[in-house]
Amino acid sequence: MATDLHGAVAATTAVRVAGLTRSFGGRAVIDSLDLTLRAGEFTVLLGRSGCGKSTLLRILAGLDREIEGEVLVPERRAVAFQAPRLMPWKRVWRNVLLGLPGRPDRERAEQALAEVGLEHRTDAWPKTLSGGEAQRASLARALVREPDLLLLDEPFGALDALTRIKAQQLVAQLWQRRGCAVLLVTHDVDEAVLLADRVLVMDEGRISYDTHIPLDRPREVGDPGFAALRTRLLAELGVV
Amino acid sequence: MSIDLDHAPPDISAKTASAPSPSPALVAVVPASARRRSVPRWTRRTAGPLLLLGLWQLASSLGWLPVDTLAPPSTIASAAADLIEDGTLPGAMAVSLQRVAIGLVIGGTAGTALALLSGLSRLGEDLIDASVQMLRTVPWVGLIPLFIIWMGIGEAPKVALIALGTAFHLYLNVYAGIRGVDEQLMKAGGALGLGRWSLVRHVVLPGALPGFMTGLRYSLATAWLALVFGESINADAGIGFLMNQAREFFRTDVIVVCLVVYAFLGLTADLVVRTLERLLLQWRPTFTGQ
Repeated sequence: MATDLHGAVAATTAVRVAGLTRSFGGRAVIDSLDLTLRAGEFTVLLGRSGCGKSTLLRILAGLDREIEGEVLVPERRAVAFQAPRLMPWKRVWRNVLLGLPGRPDRERAEQALAEVGLEHRTDAWPKTLSGGEAQRASLARALVREPDLLLLDEPFGALDALTRIKAQQLVAQLWQRRGCAVLLVTHDVDEAVLLADRVLVMDEGRISYDTHIPLDRPREVGDPGFAALRTRLLAELGVV
Repeated sequence: MSIDLDHAPPDISAKTASAPSPSPALVAVVPASARRRSVPRWTRRTAGPLLLLGLWQLASSLGWLPVDTLAPPSTIASAAADLIEDGTLPGAMAVSLQRVAIGLVIGGTAGTALALLSGLSRLGEDLIDASVQMLRTVPWVGLIPLFIIWMGIGEAPKVALIALGTAFHLYLNVYAGIRGVDEQLMKAGGALGLGRWSLVRHVVLPGALPGFMTGLRYSLATAWLALVFGESINADAGIGFLMNQAREFFRTDVIVVCLVVYAFLGLTADLVVRTLERLLLQWRPTFTGQ
């Protein structure tokens, strides 16, 4: 039955979650959650801190297995965290290739680094990178795995405002080029409306709001449709 | 256009016109390169010991330091030259160095291996750590009589003493290094698909390398110390033997030559570790002094 289900949904589905529960000390952070993500779609998961959004991302990444329920994810998936988490003892290109099966050659790392505009920092130590560069190296490390599902856990959270805009544009470009499903976890509503095909709002361990963003790309923050969506999402988050 | 007077900026034109306020004294920000001394670092590092040596020679020449108590540097230098010329000192150094090397390899391997076992697995920690912590507090010098009974008076007890003295330093520091590895990096490694052994190889061991280096430094210092103890008992070769022999003949110059050799060997060992650190730990984003 499980294989049946998988076969039927594989063509269009990147993630399928059914009845997922994750508890910490008896308290359910994720509470019988159902969720389907379509292949190639850019989904943004919004929520206040502590709502369980990062926990969900860690479960989809396979980093948290203390779960109940059914979780189907693609074999090839990659994660970029809020902190770049580069191994300080490996040069940038070795960080990019870390964990790849077999003996990948340096060229593959160079290609991935060129894709994020870091080809000139291939040989650098992580300590010499700026915050934006380190985050781009972390993105390259995720992309080199050619994931079907890219999980981004507030990847722009620690960047300054200007670097963040550039990084958001880069992620949008990379997604359009690669065509993989993306799940981006954030608490930034503008970022969500700017990047997403679909926005999910999470509250108390459940998806409380689920909407499609019908705006054409590239999107403008000043657009009236943008502002309306923004207001609606803020209301769903209980801010306005 | 009218301005609400309440919100207008204060009128300071009269002030500036009548008595321009004196501009504050400006200081130049000196670039770091200009502040650096022109003297190269190695000269600065050798200046201290040389100064001490000069004072010593001066004290001996002026008669403040009797020759019977401590020979002057000049006498020591000539004694060293004699010992080198007749091959006594190089031979003794070779014997001593060999003992330190063997002891260090045995002790270092044992200490590191135990640290890996107890650092990497909780089972290993439960089985090994308590015993090692207990044995660590036993003064190893006190084991000399036991070692002689067990192993006689040949090379074995000397090497064993050095091995014992060095093993604990490496154990403690490598263990601390392993347990000090950033949990976030372990998580990142897991997310990249690293298996258990790949995690150890690519994350845990490089992360524990600074600890290993610290342990190595302590070990080397203890190795020389253990050598002195080991060679003062029933040795028939080595620097310690040379020193004991000199004591019989009240040759303070030879004793000092041996001490200088110990210091020199210690300094060389430190230099080796420093070079290793520079090569292996260049990735470390830590403070390196100003």
